[in-house]
Amino acid sequence: MRYFLASKGFWLVLGAPLYYVLYQIGQVLWVRPGALGPDPAQALVTLLGEIALWMLILVLSVTPLRKVFQLLRLHGQRRAMGIACFGYALLHWLAYAALLLEWQWATLGDDLLKRPYISAGFLAGLILLAMAATSNDWSTRRLSRRWRQLHRWGYLAAALVILHVFWIARSNFFEIVIYALIVAGLLVVRWPWFIQKIKMIKDV
Amino acid sequence: MKTQPTKLTEAAVTPEAVYLNRRQYLKASALGLGAAAFSGASQAADDGQLSDPAPLWMKTQLNESTASPFSTNEALTPYEYVTGYNNFYEFGTDKSDPEKYGQGFEPHPWSVMVSGAAEKTGTFDLEDVLKGLSVEERIYRLRCVEAWSMVIPWLGVPLSSILARYRPLSRAKYVVFETVYRPEQMPGQRAFFNAIDYPYVEVLRIDEAMHPLTLMAVGVYGRSLPNQNGAPLRLVVPWKYGFKSIKSIQKISFVEQRPKTTWERANPREYGFFANVNPKVSHPRWSQAEERRLPGSLFSANRIPTKMFNGYANEVASLYQGLDLSVYY
Repeated sequence: MRYFLASKGFWLVLGAPLYYVLYQIGQVLWVRPGALGPDPAQALVTLLGEIALWMLILVLSVTPLRKVFQLLRLHGQRRAMGIACFGYALLHWLAYAALLLEWQWATLGDDLLKRPYISAGFLAGLILLAMAATSNDWSTRRLSRRWRQLHRWGYLAAALVILHVFWIARSNFFEIVIYALIVAGLLVVRWPWFIQKIKMIKDV
Repeated sequence: MKTQPTKLTEAAVTPEAVYLNRRQYLKASALGLGAAAFSGASQAADDGQLSDPAPLWMKTQLNESTASPFSTNEALTPYEYVTGYNNFYEFGTDKSDPEKYGQGFEPHPWSVMVSGAAEKTGTFDLEDVLKGLSVEERIYRLRCVEAWSMVIPWLGVPLSSILARYRPLSRAKYVVFETVYRPEQMPGQRAFFNAIDYPYVEVLRIDEAMHPLTLMAVGVYGRSLPNQNGAPLRLVVPWKYGFKSIKSIQKISFVEQRPKTTWERANPREYGFFANVNPKVSHPRWSQAEERRLPGSLFSANRIPTKMFNGYANEVASLYQGLDLSVYY
């Protein structure tokens, strides 16, 4: 188990939601057209967005898990998790642009400027893109100190994602409050003051 | 905004033969016969969902329904989606919740409390509310505020014919409707975290309520309303966003001063009193210029331009003459 968490096989775990999505698409196309309901494009966009959010929560929980439980093996997978998170976010955006808006660029632009939840989501996506693009060894070495600075923007992306989800909701606020609390919690435990407290408790 | 011409997929178009068979289908299903002639409902019939639990008097009345000139001939949204994908927060906020959690609801026996500025007030059995009124089948477009729409064959009576029975006084300016409050049968009403307050309240101006298009529905697709669609009695106001069409109505009152509606109280910036379908007035968070006509397919979301008053402008635009619709949304 510990070995698996550190191996390339971990991609099987990160890819699992994708297999599920592909299975659903296959169902809709060849087995049961109603498998995703009467609004399959919308359903797919929502599903991919949710998966991206889970991935974000997963990658944000690595550091706290290491600090509290010394789960070092998982720590080596941060890059893979981050890339997976970006991948699902990209699929989420592609599904929205291609299936929901059918590449109507005017509407895409309109949404981006006039709909704050779209702006927030798009901005978060850009940050994830910058992080994914600089996640290779070469960039890490090349950017060194600035790499760390750049990748701190990930915390802002997390906050923007929560805003994105919160602004689109009409009713299921309970679910969103839970997501928001989880993300807020994962950000707070990174705060040096908080880490200090944890250390003090441990030392006692 | 430029829009592409609507691409209709095969699945989205009801074949003419099926459409012409609709009347026969209604009669057949009322008699408990198979409804295989009708594509949308055939699946439902297979599942046994069409065995109608309504009392005999209601089934008889539904069976004698007549077609209405107000009906559209657009392709119907299949039965399984009309009854399996909708908003009825009293049963949960997910679109599939109403069907899933509405089954324990008991719509019969039912009575309606009529109060306020009318000559005749009191509590009336549903049978008496509807007695002697002839049920019409009306195929209306339904436009949800969330930018999706359906075409639904309702069965009902003009609301005006019900309201006239209670002889509203001239000082009655608004009609208030209230959904039943039964937390023991409606899980959404006892949820820990609610977006809206219950019981659900909707209000129409008296001229809107008396308008011939305004329907009090008691059935859909040839049978009585399933619980998830607002059994046994719901409003259908086709030129307004779906949330105005209040479900499972237990109270009706005639008033002079208009109370706030449920959604107005929850979020006045996003949900106005009128809630007329209007492509030019965006919801603060999304555009209302287009809608997805359901069902869509994965690679064709079936986006169509939204029409003013949901395509009923000829009938209702005069009600709002001189009103700035961007202010009174």
